[in-house]
Amino acid sequence: MSETRLAVNKTYKLYIGGAFPRSESGRVYAVTDTKDRPLANAPRGTRKDARDAVVAARKAYPGWSGATAFNRGQVLYRVAEMLEGRREQFADEVSAAEGVGRNKALASVDAAVDRWVWYAGWTDKLAQVAGGANPVAGPYANWTTPEATGVVAVLAPRKSSLLGLTSVLAPVVATGNTAVVLASEQAPLPALAFAEVLAVSDVPGGVVNLLSGPLAEVAPWLAAHQDVNAIDLAGASHTAGVASVRDLEIAAADNLKRVLRPEAKEPDWTADPGVGRMLAFTEARTVWHPTGN
Amino acid sequence: MKQETLRVTAIHPVSQRGQVKTGDCASTGAVDARAGALPVEREGYLARRYACRYAHVVTMLSAFPADPVEVTSSEAALTRFLHGLPGIDKVGAESRAAMLGTRSIKKDAKAFAIDLAISMIDLTTLEGADTPGKVRSLCAKALHPDPSEPGTPRPAAICVYPDLVAEAKRALGAAPVNVASVATAFPSGRAALDIKLADVASAVAAGADEIDMVIDRGAFLSGRYRQVFDEIVAVKAACARPDGEAAHLKVILETGELSTYDNVRRASWLAMLAGADFIKTSTGKVGTNATLPVTLVMLEAVRDFRAATGRQIGVKPAGGIRTTKDAMKYLVLVNETAGQDWLTPDWFRLGASSLLNDLLMQRHKLATGRYSGPDYVTVD
Repeated sequence: MSETRLAVNKTYKLYIGGAFPRSESGRVYAVTDTKDRPLANAPRGTRKDARDAVVAARKAYPGWSGATAFNRGQVLYRVAEMLEGRREQFADEVSAAEGVGRNKALASVDAAVDRWVWYAGWTDKLAQVAGGANPVAGPYANWTTPEATGVVAVLAPRKSSLLGLTSVLAPVVATGNTAVVLASEQAPLPALAFAEVLAVSDVPGGVVNLLSGPLAEVAPWLAAHQDVNAIDLAGASHTAGVASVRDLEIAAADNLKRVLRPEAKEPDWTADPGVGRMLAFTEARTVWHPTGN
Repeated sequence: MKQETLRVTAIHPVSQRGQVKTGDCASTGAVDARAGALPVEREGYLARRYACRYAHVVTMLSAFPADPVEVTSSEAALTRFLHGLPGIDKVGAESRAAMLGTRSIKKDAKAFAIDLAISMIDLTTLEGADTPGKVRSLCAKALHPDPSEPGTPRPAAICVYPDLVAEAKRALGAAPVNVASVATAFPSGRAALDIKLADVASAVAAGADEIDMVIDRGAFLSGRYRQVFDEIVAVKAACARPDGEAAHLKVILETGELSTYDNVRRASWLAMLAGADFIKTSTGKVGTNATLPVTLVMLEAVRDFRAATGRQIGVKPAGGIRTTKDAMKYLVLVNETAGQDWLTPDWFRLGASSLLNDLLMQRHKLATGRYSGPDYVTVD
């Protein structure tokens, strides 16, 4: 057979409410590798896609935050399992998107799988570490537990397309929040492919919503959205403009969102993450319970 | 947009001329076939083509008898008239409704549409679990839909069960918000006539400004049109108040149970002939509620009825209208089908409960430039 097989190119789509729609704008933008060679088209998400994603996340919130921590752990572990089964594919995606060698890309995928497992273990242990029984002066049992904040917007890190994404997304959903993630504008493809992993991992539709598109066109709408309870600015711009950390913080202040500021330089995502990111998107709930007579 | 304008202008001359006969369509078909060969004047040709395509959808009943009393004089005459109404082109009606639903309404027009839609709402609570407290809070919401924006228009009416009319009346006071009450063994309508009339009378006596009655679908579907007719006439009489005024009568056709568009057209005409002030799609208690094509058929019926008799009847789609986008589709449909005369709360209503919150959130968005959320409107 000397015939050349026709290329079957993948149409990358958004992931909103458990479905894979195209952007409502109908537009796409060309994604290139680090040497400016074209890779694929990614959907050019708009503020309306972000709005739809927030609606989906809000709808999924009662179910996900109300699920038992143990159940959330199982689901997160399932994500790790599904990702493990596709590590070759993701090694290719990450290698192309980040311009790293294949071995390095594979190591990064493995680290992402391990990170999902790590957070899966934390879901039913965080309360013991961050919460506690408080000694009070009265006949009450009094204890404090961390609870989910609500709908969290996440601006994914710009460079680390899969490990970075995992490191910011997993802690948000582990505690029961639902997430609207804006993938890295330059390297969105691994994130969009990762949505396919989420779709087959028992993650209820709407718990994670993935968008791709220009940071400056989508992020300000998420930051100002009145129905978003917190925002992780990991992928925000450090130069002045509408997508800068400063402007997004100002937009987020209007409904007193929780804001997680990014470090000045994208961190080394392979380092031990600690529980900081999980606790950034939780609220302390204290219960007083009468004891005795 | 241009094409749409063309269609509308193409349809009007036909409407004024009267009913499009099948013969006309056949001859236009012939013109169609010869179009390539003959120098047909383009606009006239298109007008005929569109007229034929939408003939069933837009047909005007110039053949309507001058004497409505005659067609309602007997069961046979009524049946003959209702079954003589032109059939509805299902595909045509659905595609026209879908096409009108694609209109893009932005900025100033959107702000206007949102306020108009709010002012057309019949804010409804029809649950078995309704309490006086819930009705009071709904009334408070009608009086001040958005306390942070005093300029927000009020909905047209509150719609409740008869036993809660007095509570709603008290809560609304002298404010220009009507109280509508469902009656006649809502939602099934399965009760003896005297019980239905007592139901209506109690609501009217409690102060209801509007009565939403249901027709007897069982009688309608088995062809006992006269019975349905007489029932509406009797309810209309029961709407009268001692002071000489009368509560407005809305007749619920429950289109989800009528199964065909032809039946919707027949039921609309039947209700209008019997003296309805409004025709309403649904109770909101069955699987299929208001849809755009059904509302299109009913809007055509009220338009044709006014042309034939000079009496204007209102339309109220109810049930399943939840978003601003839905509401705006209905407004477009009204404007394009019945015309601007119907684009006021006096002649068009939206029966809804959760719609108001979505409209208010859209209003916030237009005013502030950022998306609002359910935390900033009431929990109903």
